Amino acid sequence: MSESTVRIGLVLPDVMGTYGDGGNALVLRQRLRMRGHNAEIVEIGLNDPVPESLDLYTLGGAEDAAQRLATRHLQRYPGLQRAAERGAPVLAICAAIQVLGHWYETSSGERVDGVGILDATTSPQQTRAIGEIVIRPTLSGLTQPLTGFENHRGGTTLGSDATGLGRVDRGVGNGVGDGLEGAVQGSVIGTYLHGPVLARNPELADHLLMRALGVDSLPPLDLPEVDLLRQERLRA
Amino acid sequence: MIGGLVALKIDPALMKQLGHGRQTVLVTGTNGKSTTTRMTAAALETIDSVVTQADGANMDAGIVAALATDLRAPLAAIEVDELHTPHVADALDPRAIVLLNLTRDQLDRVGEINMIERKLREGLKRHPDAVIVANCDDVLVTSAAYDNPNVVWVAAGAGWANDSVSCPRTGEPIVREGDHWYSTGSDFARPTPDWWVDDENLYGPDGLVLPLKLTLPGRANRGNAAQAVAAAVALGADPAKAVAAASVVEEVAGRYKTVQVGPHSVHMLLAKNPAGWQEALSMIDPTVDGLVIAVNGQVPDGEDLSWLWDVRFEHFEGVQVVAAGERGTDLAVRLTYAGVEHTLVPDPLKAIASCPPGRVEVLANYTAFRDLNTAIARRAAHV
Repeated sequence: MSESTVRIGLVLPDVMGTYGDGGNALVLRQRLRMRGHNAEIVEIGLNDPVPESLDLYTLGGAEDAAQRLATRHLQRYPGLQRAAERGAPVLAICAAIQVLGHWYETSSGERVDGVGILDATTSPQQTRAIGEIVIRPTLSGLTQPLTGFENHRGGTTLGSDATGLGRVDRGVGNGVGDGLEGAVQGSVIGTYLHGPVLARNPELADHLLMRALGVDSLPPLDLPEVDLLRQERLRA
Repeated sequence: MIGGLVALKIDPALMKQLGHGRQTVLVTGTNGKSTTTRMTAAALETIDSVVTQADGANMDAGIVAALATDLRAPLAAIEVDELHTPHVADALDPRAIVLLNLTRDQLDRVGEINMIERKLREGLKRHPDAVIVANCDDVLVTSAAYDNPNVVWVAAGAGWANDSVSCPRTGEPIVREGDHWYSTGSDFARPTPDWWVDDENLYGPDGLVLPLKLTLPGRANRGNAAQAVAAAVALGADPAKAVAAASVVEEVAGRYKTVQVGPHSVHMLLAKNPAGWQEALSMIDPTVDGLVIAVNGQVPDGEDLSWLWDVRFEHFEGVQVVAAGERGTDLAVRLTYAGVEHTLVPDPLKAIASCPPGRVEVLANYTAFRDLNTAIARRAAHV
């Protein structure tokens, strides 16, 4: 087993923590610990510069004002961008897709420059997308459908450097008519799925962990309640 | 409830008529509305007779029904849903409005908390004569009340600061230093409280100090009591009598009650949102024989249970925990990743039965709580 500690960045939970997405970092840490790795969560708040040395990063959803604070902070302390450049996995949920894109429009119609590590732009849609969502992943290495709960008004258009995380089976997803959900570019994975997404989709959690550890496989974990939760939510 | 609905259809001005000539206190906020309304009603009873809701029905129909229960009572203590508060205040022209706290409720239904604050702020502006009894530990409540000329500030506590990291007025960060907080974007800051509580006493204006021993558990209820007493005092109640009356409130619409179910003495706690859950978890007695946590995801509960991950479950060493409810599996997975040993028994009655004989705490969200109460009553009828 690895002697070193895997460090999971939970980026700006004080402003990007509206929908339980901090759970993603917890799931990652626990799945490492259950396999005998040392792992810890590093919370990076609005008062902290963003370190570029962590092994992987997670960001959660936010409301408009908080989203703007987060965007400004990430631009001022570009540790996340540098980490993504060297290939550290980044999981960006909901508003975080918008923050990491080129720009997003607020509900009042103002355009805010994003961080720019996802080739994506976001504008408000007519109606808010709320409900259970199921997508078929198109990301290599994922075989199981992804289940989550979406709750967003933003509609995200991908540029040519980004691809979707998957195709929508049920729900709205990116909401711009191309049937796609999420945004993937290099080591950055964005998705509108809450739940949290990694609690409901262990295959995606382990995909991120394998990338962070630089391995091709991980020993399976026997968590029957997680399997049951997947069955229930995919049926819902 | 049906009576209320029919009445409102017959005459939309009925609420206004039923409120006319009464001195009314409205109570609103995300958490503690029913409890604080009950305490306020008790404190107002020390002045004269009071109408109030028995059941927590806090929208138009329920309010009309409550007002109609006694047409002669000169006082009213009325619980109001946050988004209904502006038009209910317009209809009832209250003497006082109690603002408890504003935090996330069901995300998939109600929308964003800052919008609610702005609507409350606009509504309160139309009532400059009302005494606003506002919790100055809550940034959003403070913002809603800040522009009114007649505010009584109560330091009622803020168990959940996660929803106010940015200033509701400027969007800039809120800085917290001990109990104090201030916005970095303007001169908006925590006002000096007129009332506050500690573990022993209630403190009020002009050096008032009164021992405060509540029947109800938890830090949040001490804050609720402070706001109820402050509101009653604003209407002329004697502070010591108001405190005594609020202190003996022991059960609120089935919440906090203890019932015997077979070999189990079951203590029932209701929590409807992350702030309420964190508060209720802090009321759990660590020496109990079992803890049943029941979660549903019906429309009244909110269908998105992601918030379970915002609640800290990590402190139940040595208590047998049972995950229950229609969404018990979501909770079980949350507990698994929190490292809390547990079992999963979806039916809450069977979950209680699975605990060792003795004292069991039950913590449930809205429909799970309601359905379990019904099931316990039905079981009792058959025994």
